[in-house]
Amino acid sequence: MTQAFPHRHVLSVEPLSQDDVQHVLNTAEAFFEVSRRPVRKVPTLRGKTIINLFYESSTRTRVSFELAAKRLSADAVNMNVSTSSVSKGESLRDTVRTLGAMQPDIVVIRHGAAGAADYVARKLDCAVINAGDGMHAHPTQALLDAFTIRRARGTLSNLSVAICGDIAHSRVARSNARLLTKFGCDVRVVGPRTLLVPGLEALGVRVFDRLEPALEGVDVVMVLRIQKERLAGPLLPSEREYNREYGISFASLASAKPDAIVMHPGPMNRGVEIDSDVADSERSCVLDQVEAGVAVRMALLYLLAGDAS
Amino acid sequence: MDRVVLRQEEIARITRRIAVAIVEAVGGVDRVGLVGIRRGGEGFARQLQGELERAEGTEVPLGAVDISLYRDDAATALPDPKIGPSDVPFSVDGHDVVLVDDVLQTGRTVRAAIECVLDYGRPRRIWLAVMCDRGGRELPIAADFVGRVVEVPDGARLEVQIDTAGREGSQQVVIRQKDPS
Repeated sequence: MTQAFPHRHVLSVEPLSQDDVQHVLNTAEAFFEVSRRPVRKVPTLRGKTIINLFYESSTRTRVSFELAAKRLSADAVNMNVSTSSVSKGESLRDTVRTLGAMQPDIVVIRHGAAGAADYVARKLDCAVINAGDGMHAHPTQALLDAFTIRRARGTLSNLSVAICGDIAHSRVARSNARLLTKFGCDVRVVGPRTLLVPGLEALGVRVFDRLEPALEGVDVVMVLRIQKERLAGPLLPSEREYNREYGISFASLASAKPDAIVMHPGPMNRGVEIDSDVADSERSCVLDQVEAGVAVRMALLYLLAGDAS
Repeated sequence: MDRVVLRQEEIARITRRIAVAIVEAVGGVDRVGLVGIRRGGEGFARQLQGELERAEGTEVPLGAVDISLYRDDAATALPDPKIGPSDVPFSVDGHDVVLVDDVLQTGRTVRAAIECVLDYGRPRRIWLAVMCDRGGRELPIAADFVGRVVEVPDGARLEVQIDTAGREGSQQVVIRQKDPS
C-alpha cells in the first residue's frame, strides 16, 4: 500500500511500470471528482511554483496544464516562445538556467526537438514533465488516453486498439503504443505507406496500410490529426482522397466492435481524418479526453511536487 | 498489554445514543447529511445512518471525504501513497452536515474535512461526531457528539475497529501497547 511514485520526472512512458501507470490513473480519479465540484480547487500545492515552458504553439495542452496547476492552488506561469526571450535569440540552455534560478518546483516543457525535455531535466534541479518533444514522446497524452479508455472499458489490459493516421510523425502514436503494449494490448497502427516508417514493429505493434482489416474487432479507435501542411506535401494525396481511404466514418467503423469507442487528441479536421457525425456521436470520447487531461495532469503535478528529497 | 476500551455492544449503544442526540440537536433529520472522514469515519457514519433510519424512518444522505488534498502538511507529506476520491452525493447547501470520524485527537483532520465540505457548498451548520476523543488537541476544535473520552498512554495506539458487516466480535476499540521492538 505504501507505494510512492518512484519517478522524479515524467519524460516518456517507457520507465513507467504497469503499477506506476495504474497509480497515476487511480490518483487521477480523485482529481476527476474535484473538477466536478462546485468549488473546483483544492489547497494541496499551495506555495508551489510551476512553469509551463512552451516552445511550440499549443492551446489545449497548455490550458490543461494551467488549469491543473490552478485547481491544485499552485502558482502557474506560462512562458510562450513568441513572447519570451527565445525570439531574441536566447539558447535553450540559457533559458533553462534562468528559469532554474527562479526556483520552480515543476517545469512543464513542450519543444519541437526530440530530447529537449530530457535535456532540461538534466540541467534543472526540479521535476520536469514532457508535454511533447518533437516526434519523440507525449506521455501525458498517453496517460490521459489510458484514463479515458479505462473509464470507458473498465480495464486497460488485453484490449485491441487501432491508431490511425500519420504514424510516422506522431509522438501521440508512439507514446500510446508504448503504454498500451505494456498492458498486453493488441495495438495496430494504420495509415498510408508514406506515413508508416520502417521499424514500427519494434514498438510491438502490428502495421496495416488498409483501414478495414486494421479496425477488425477493435475496442478502441484512436484517430490522429492530419496536419494540413503535410496534405500539401508529397507524402499524402488530397484531403478528399485521404478521407475516402483512411477517414473514420460509420461505414469504416463497421468492422470494429459494435461498442468500440473513438478517440482523437484534437484539434480535429472534420471531414478529413474523422467524419463529423462520428465525432459528435455517442461513441466519441473526445470531450472525455479533454476532461481526463486535467485530472491526469493534476495527478502528475501532485505526485511529482511531493518529491522534497 | 492490550486493553479493550469499547466492546461491540457498547459501540452499538453509543451509536444509538449519538443518533438520538443528533435528532434532538438538529430537530429532526429532514435536512441532515452525514459525511464520514476516510477511512476511519466511513464505517461509523454508515452505522449512524442505519440508526437514524431505525429511529426516524428516513434514510439520511451519506457521503465521505478524503482529506489528503487538504492536509496542512501537504507540502512536506506529499505524495500520499493512496488518495481516494471524495464522494458527497447530496447538496450540502442549507443542510446540517454531521462530520463523522472514529477518533478525534489533534483536530487537524477535522479542520481539513471542514474545508473540504465547504468546497461542496454552504451548509447551514457543520457538526462533529466521533466515537473516541483521545485529547491532545492542536487546534481549537471540539466535537458535538462524543462516544467515549479515552486516555491513551504515551506510545500506545488507539485502534478502532468498526466493521460495517457487523460480524460478532468484529467491533471494538482497543488500546495497543507499542511493540517492544
